Amino acid sequence: MQWFEYARPGTVGEAVRLLSEHGEKACVLAGGTDILVQLRGGFRTAEWVIDVKEIPALDEIAWDEASGLTIGAAAPCYRIYENEDVKKHYPGLIDAASLIGGTQIQGRASLGGNLCNAAPSADAVPIMIALEASCCIAGPNGERTVAVEDFCTAPGKNVLAAGELLVSLHFPAPKANSGAHYLRFIPRNEMDIAVAGAGVSVVLANGNFASARVALASVAPTPLFVKQAGDALAGQPVNDESIQRAADIAKQAAKPIDDMRGTVRYRKHLCEVLTRRALHVAVERARRNN
Amino acid sequence: MSEQSYEPNMVLSTKEFDVVGKRPLRHDGVDKVTGRAIYGADVSMAGLMHGAVLRSPHAHARIKSIDTSKAEAHPEVRAVVTSTDFVDPGDKTVDLGEGLTRLAYIRNNVLARDKVLYRGHAVAAVAAASLHDALEALELIEVEYDLLPPVLTAPDAMKEDAPLLHENLRMMEFGRPTDKVSNVSDHFRHEKGDIEQGFAEADLIVEREFDTSTVHQGYIEPHNTTALWNNDDRIHIWTSTQGPFTIRDTTAAILDKPVSQVRVTPTEIGGGFGGKIPVYIDPVAALLSKKSGHPVKIVMSRAEVLEGTGPTPGSHLKIKMGVKSDGTMMAAQAWLAYEAGAYPGAMVVPGGMCVFAAYDIPNVTIDGYDVVVNKPSTAAYRAPGATNAAFATESVVNEIAEKLGIDPLDLRLKNASKEGTRRADGPKFPRIGCVEVIEAMKNHPHYSAPLDGPNRGRGVAIGFWFNAGLPSACNIAVNPDGTITLVEGSPDIGGTRTSVAMQAAEVLGLPAEKVSPSVVDTDSVGFTAVTGGSRVTFSTGLAAIEAARDVRDQMIRRAARIWGVEEDGVDFEKGVFHLKNGTENRMTFSELAEQIATTGDPIVGRAGVNPPGVGGSFSGNIADVEVDPETGKVTILRFTAFQDAGKAIHPSYVEGQMQGGSVQGIGWALNEEYFMNAEGKMMNSSLLDYRMPTSLDLPMIDTVIIEVANPGHPFGARGVGEANIVPPPAALANAINNAVDVAMNRLPMNPVAVMEAIWGKNGATD
Amino acid sequence: MPRRVHVQTTINGEEIDFLCEPRQSLLEVLRDVLGLTGTKEGCNDGNCGACTVIFDGRIVTACLVLAVEAEGKQITTVEGIAVGRELHPIQQCFLEGAALQCGVCTPGFIVAAKSLLDQDNNPSEDKIRLWLANNLCRCTGYDKIVRSVQAAAERMQEAR
Repeated sequence: MQWFEYARPGTVGEAVRLLSEHGEKACVLAGGTDILVQLRGGFRTAEWVIDVKEIPALDEIAWDEASGLTIGAAAPCYRIYENEDVKKHYPGLIDAASLIGGTQIQGRASLGGNLCNAAPSADAVPIMIALEASCCIAGPNGERTVAVEDFCTAPGKNVLAAGELLVSLHFPAPKANSGAHYLRFIPRNEMDIAVAGAGVSVVLANGNFASARVALASVAPTPLFVKQAGDALAGQPVNDESIQRAADIAKQAAKPIDDMRGTVRYRKHLCEVLTRRALHVAVERARRNN
Repeated sequence: MSEQSYEPNMVLSTKEFDVVGKRPLRHDGVDKVTGRAIYGADVSMAGLMHGAVLRSPHAHARIKSIDTSKAEAHPEVRAVVTSTDFVDPGDKTVDLGEGLTRLAYIRNNVLARDKVLYRGHAVAAVAAASLHDALEALELIEVEYDLLPPVLTAPDAMKEDAPLLHENLRMMEFGRPTDKVSNVSDHFRHEKGDIEQGFAEADLIVEREFDTSTVHQGYIEPHNTTALWNNDDRIHIWTSTQGPFTIRDTTAAILDKPVSQVRVTPTEIGGGFGGKIPVYIDPVAALLSKKSGHPVKIVMSRAEVLEGTGPTPGSHLKIKMGVKSDGTMMAAQAWLAYEAGAYPGAMVVPGGMCVFAAYDIPNVTIDGYDVVVNKPSTAAYRAPGATNAAFATESVVNEIAEKLGIDPLDLRLKNASKEGTRRADGPKFPRIGCVEVIEAMKNHPHYSAPLDGPNRGRGVAIGFWFNAGLPSACNIAVNPDGTITLVEGSPDIGGTRTSVAMQAAEVLGLPAEKVSPSVVDTDSVGFTAVTGGSRVTFSTGLAAIEAARDVRDQMIRRAARIWGVEEDGVDFEKGVFHLKNGTENRMTFSELAEQIATTGDPIVGRAGVNPPGVGGSFSGNIADVEVDPETGKVTILRFTAFQDAGKAIHPSYVEGQMQGGSVQGIGWALNEEYFMNAEGKMMNSSLLDYRMPTSLDLPMIDTVIIEVANPGHPFGARGVGEANIVPPPAALANAINNAVDVAMNRLPMNPVAVMEAIWGKNGATD
Repeated sequence: MPRRVHVQTTINGEEIDFLCEPRQSLLEVLRDVLGLTGTKEGCNDGNCGACTVIFDGRIVTACLVLAVEAEGKQITTVEGIAVGRELHPIQQCFLEGAALQCGVCTPGFIVAAKSLLDQDNNPSEDKIRLWLANNLCRCTGYDKIVRSVQAAAERMQEAR
């Protein structure tokens, strides 16, 4: 691995100052499960590695009935899926946090890292989009908020400007009669990159879908928010036909590539299967939440 | 056996012994559960430098020039080497235990000379104070290449207009050299009976083609070596290897040194499965040591292991079998083309030996082709060549059973090879356990258990591996406290220190704990061939038995001297020496051992063996799967492995071989493959994307050990390391077929492949 | 010589300090600087689990931790699992259950299994398989490993 300097700021302000000072030459270290592999493999270079795990705001998990859930960008997956509030109110998020890598990876990997890495296959991102999560970003010019679906711009690229730091992710409090689920497909049962994934959320009212959101992994240059699939469910009765229609829309929206993990045809097919299956689970969860 | 006797792991035992067949703790166990055991990468010494290897980014190219000057100028670099640092071996051939090989092929694989033949082919190496410095220096080496078109599969490489890997490679045909310059290095044929007549007499003929992907052995420990070229010109190498004497002999040949100048210390080894027999980095580290004056350690990265060491061949196979309507096999024909990788030597010869070995068929023709392609030079992988072949043959046998409406195990029993059956490649079987394995499968409760639920299916297949004998040496010294010290030359990959020690213990009437076994360096024990061919427990075990008998005979003479009788007046039973005609004089082994020092010379037993009497091993699987018809994903619900061990010396480690081999076969069947792009780049050279099974992908692997004693071994042992990997792909293909009615003729049967087969069956267009 | 960083940490209960380059992984420092070679390298990218250590109470792969991140942490390696001369029940059960063949993955499995049994003394087979899915073994097919973890759980319950 090439030489770099290491810094461990204790505050957001200090981190932003370091990131501003070193610009393109700096990279942020949270769990390190992607960045260290990339630095070692020469896919990425950095002269400064800024370790943000000691910054309290990036490590906290806070739940409030009125405002919802805030998860520090560097909080590792295991703290998310062992958190009682998250388990109770965001089971869909638990789905994703508990299948990123294996146990050891979950001891380090974070939602913020998963998002900033901006891989099309990022397992945590579709469910965050489905849950209407937003990103709290600090920078030299203050804070700003970006919806998760707008955060990734290309494989490995995101909206963060030089000097900016993803501080936390915010999830609105779940609505009554809502449910969410993330389902991915991998050839093994663990330790794989998603061939395709579907994160969905639904809100039910009087036997109908009040609203729904669908997002897909690994079938486009970025995690893909399929707004039209969720919109197609709004106001529709909860049944196999409506769910199938949404799944077909998701399939049509997918723009995957052929690679070692799957073919275009297979991945599009999986989008239909996974969206349908995930919606059924989300509906079940919503019914239990009334 | 009855249903009531069912246990997850059972031994169908025929003969009992005092030590053999028991389950003592392994002698090296504590070191390995506490982290104290020293593996190759753990070797450390004063002044150690770290080496790194520059590898070709191209699958096929001519090397125009290599400029190492910038790397040499790096302040932390101590040495740089390229192939010009090796002596040119010309046309010299060497015999490294696997037949004659051109030394130039080995040398050019270790460091490419004129051409690079695969992506990952080693080109140059540096030694520096730290690995980071060495890796930095590699980037300073400038190599100019002339790109050539790569050829990546056997069928493509066999085309008349295919790009040639070796301009001077002339095809051998039917054992004779030809003038034909080709990527086919060898075409052989085995014939038995009259194939045309056999098919003419058949009522049903099934003919199918199969493809299998290149797969890797996947040992968890990467290759490593530490070499010291000492000031007295002697070379000492510490390395994880299956064959310390192979490393010694090959390294000496490449460096043009007598073998006496090279000493190899085998460290603990983290898996091999055949892949840690060839030489890769040892001569390179030795040269770096010579140039730098320091000991040099090289440890491969995982990508280097996958891209730069020998996987097992991908293959293209055609099988045609003809049977009578009652299931009697009349004729069988095989066409086997295996990818050797960059240099000749695909495992197609053993493939040809195994392809129809399980069946007594009167008319057989087997054609084998050894084909070079622009992939890493292949190496052995657990029953090399046999798994590819059995996937094809066993799939055809299952199809015949289905078409004839005969139970697939009954069909196999009807045609099973037995003592006296002659294989098409020549050998006549001695006592073997093919029938017993199939009968055990048929009688097992798994075979008759209900398998309810949609998309579920059960499959069966059997497999064969002939096993190796080859030379082994062993020395045993008797200690005054009644223990023995056993010295052997077989690296212990899976508990063989203990299985070898147990055999000596059995002869001497000692508990296994009273044997202290050591695996030592090439200067400290007689020549011992590789840990491979399932041979260690058999051959090195025989050496230990012979050495123990030598000890026993010397101790009998000593007891006779102490008692003042002729040596034929002393008997030895169950660890006790006594007078034949009387009971008053008796000494335990310990009591006599205590007196050795005061009654004469030290007692040292020794043996060198090259045993005939190798017993081949048959194996079988029953596999239950569930297929998700919407994703093509296969879940294994239940898996039972059967194998003839002859006599299970240490049943726990026999079960371990069966379970491990089964799971490697499962990985090969379902997900593992070298995914190459059109330029010959392996796209999945990490353990994330080269998908070996995890614990979560498997059920328990139940085992049934069948013991059909091998007449060539005093306790009846057969090698058990390999035959277990052979049946899983065919058994799983059969199970998938029974679950969702698709014929799988290509490995791996990954979700995409199964889904495409389901779509094909349904005629789905999107 | 490039600038190196001074790190103070606790490994297997002992306070230790070392110098390292920021680019060195915890795995490199454990093995090459501190001589704790029981922690193995199989892939160097977090996918094989051979370098599993307990890092402030959670298992991680030491190849994906920078050595400088060890500052102020509590680390347990395979060398710290046995208590004095007493093998941990997991180690003893691995021996008795023949849960190792080549043994190179064994340290990682033992550390991972200890961390599992420390938080759940009666895990199901499924939970054991899930917890250990980040640890690859190529020799055993996992059967005897899973059984040995189950046996260790029973033995630890009996000892309570």
